[in-house]
Amino acid sequence: MTEIFGVPTQALFGQLLIGLINGSFYALLSLGLAVIFGLLNIINFTHGAQYMLGAFFAYFLLNKAGLGYWWSLAIAPLASGAFGMLIERTMLKQLYKLDHLYGLLLTFGLALIIQGLFRNEYGSSGLPYPIPEELSGARNLGFMFLPNYRAWVIFASLVVCVGTWFVIERTKLGSYLRAATENPALVQAFGINVPRMITLTYGFGVGLAGLAGVMAAPIYQVSPQMGADLIIVVFAVVVIGGMGSIMGSIVTGFALGLVEGLTKVFYPEASNTVIFIIMAIVLMIKPAGLFGTQR
Amino acid sequence: MLQKRSALLAVSLAFAAGAAQAQISDGVIKIGVLNDMSGLYADLTGPGSVVAARLAVEDFGAAKKGMKVEIVSADHQNKPDVGSAIARTWYDTDKVDVIVDVPTSSVALAVSQITKDKGKAFLVSGAATSDLTGKACSPNTIHWTYDTWMLANGTGNAIVKTGGDTWFFITADYAFGHALERDTEAVVLKTGGKVLGKVRHPLSTQDFSSFLLQAQASKAKIIGLANAGGDTINSIKQAAEFGIVKAGQNLAGMLVFLPDIHALGLQTAQGLIFTETFYWDLNDNTRAFTKRFSAQAPRNLYPSMIHAGVYSAVIHYLKAIEAIKSDDGTKVIAQMKKMPTDDPLFGKGSIRADGRKLHPAYLVEVKKPSESKGPWDYYKVRNTLPADQAFRPVAEGDCPLVK
Repeated sequence: MTEIFGVPTQALFGQLLIGLINGSFYALLSLGLAVIFGLLNIINFTHGAQYMLGAFFAYFLLNKAGLGYWWSLAIAPLASGAFGMLIERTMLKQLYKLDHLYGLLLTFGLALIIQGLFRNEYGSSGLPYPIPEELSGARNLGFMFLPNYRAWVIFASLVVCVGTWFVIERTKLGSYLRAATENPALVQAFGINVPRMITLTYGFGVGLAGLAGVMAAPIYQVSPQMGADLIIVVFAVVVIGGMGSIMGSIVTGFALGLVEGLTKVFYPEASNTVIFIIMAIVLMIKPAGLFGTQR
Repeated sequence: MLQKRSALLAVSLAFAAGAAQAQISDGVIKIGVLNDMSGLYADLTGPGSVVAARLAVEDFGAAKKGMKVEIVSADHQNKPDVGSAIARTWYDTDKVDVIVDVPTSSVALAVSQITKDKGKAFLVSGAATSDLTGKACSPNTIHWTYDTWMLANGTGNAIVKTGGDTWFFITADYAFGHALERDTEAVVLKTGGKVLGKVRHPLSTQDFSSFLLQAQASKAKIIGLANAGGDTINSIKQAAEFGIVKAGQNLAGMLVFLPDIHALGLQTAQGLIFTETFYWDLNDNTRAFTKRFSAQAPRNLYPSMIHAGVYSAVIHYLKAIEAIKSDDGTKVIAQMKKMPTDDPLFGKGSIRADGRKLHPAYLVEVKKPSESKGPWDYYKVRNTLPADQAFRPVAEGDCPLVK
């Protein structure tokens, strides 16, 4: 068998695929952050908590209402999105004129409160969520054993990422959105309801986090910390991709998943630091991020 | 001020009937429960340990005996620096006399050193590393509930004997994981098994699939999980997803607790074999304790062996203070080692010179969903290791105290 640095190539393929799956979550979450930052200028630190909420919505729907995974996939993002819009309308709205830092502090505080409440109520070990029947089982790809559910995660997140990119960069609605961030007063003068558009955009970004939460529920435990563990990495992804760049966040999300996957093979001890090392290097060479433009 | 107080103390010594209090520094025995209140070990330790300590003070009857006992608690976030800072503040300014629990071996090792420097007392229930009674043993520390050697010996032996002779380790990359891996590897090698590989993951990892894939590629019969809490839960859950057990490899959770099984559900956890020193359904005493514990614990959790250990350790600590009428850390620990232990949860036992508390250990198997009669009915006890066989012989530990 051929080997690369002592690792059989076949095993390496498996690891790359695993990296891609984790990258899917990074991409989905950083995409939401990028949309929110790009269009609202808010550094949304509640994103991790909103991702956790998505997973909990799925858990409640299953255990309290008897609605399975597919229903959750539709309902949980809407519910998280609605919750997000409530936050935007009641709190974030007041902060648009202020420095980024205030939005960051508010959302960070909210995240701590939400996580604390859930931890009090549900503990730290988390709750089990089964893999949906249709996607249970696995197939043998020759070089690895791929659970069907993980294959679905890659597929679904690619579709959502590309769809979002298309809407924002290639449609009329997207052009309004982008215009509204450049010059809200002018866009409003054309008769477009900018505040409502902003609320909906925030709701959409949060909905993406909720969606990622539902997709994560069967793989990880549904636990109050699930978002806190992930959010810091996702922020690094956004910074590396370039704050606010849609394409940047998608590509970087998947790419960093791969890099992290490879690190887990060659030097697993560094697997939770490698992304930050890359972030430091990127910031030194290209402070605006790989795909970002200096504002 | 100090002089005034000692004068007062002298007066009370001479006249007061409750002389027991006289030697207690500032009249109060202050117990500090230091553990993970919010992270991946919070359900195994956390607020539950505070409940256990409270029940111990109650059952000891401190109030009736005229002893004033106070309990404080803090979250060390599994970080040695945070834990050390809290321990120092507690000892130096908050007049804490004893620190109990402290999961996360790296934190416990740091607190043990500080306790020794300050001449206080440290009762470990949560941490696992056998170094606490080995090369890092201390005259001020007692290691109560379990340790990595005992887990390795109990679980490792049983598995190798039933044919699991090739191993691959998935290890948490810090003091605890390293100790557990080291002790288990020793057992595997000693009983004629082989270790085919190992991989070390950062503490509190979400995705284990990469490590599981490496374990799968190693073709080892047994995948040893040298991690704990949320890390073990995720490893087991994802191993099921990747069909690892179905494909013929077996998981050995080297350190699994009752709340972990509760979180995983029997469907995923069934058939796991591991070692514990306490299970709520052992006898009438443990069941009675569990009922009271659960009523006060967050979300009515049942006690883990760590919680039980906190209870047992605090009772014995108070008994020792009662006997010598002093709360001087070094003296109390010495007295605790002298007296035999006896409490409703662990029964009769003893504490060795190196600080190792001795009691039986139980090899348990997780029931199938069909075998479980109700909530929390999770274990079948397969074997009981008597106290003198469950823990590392004192001569093998390299503890400087017993040389």
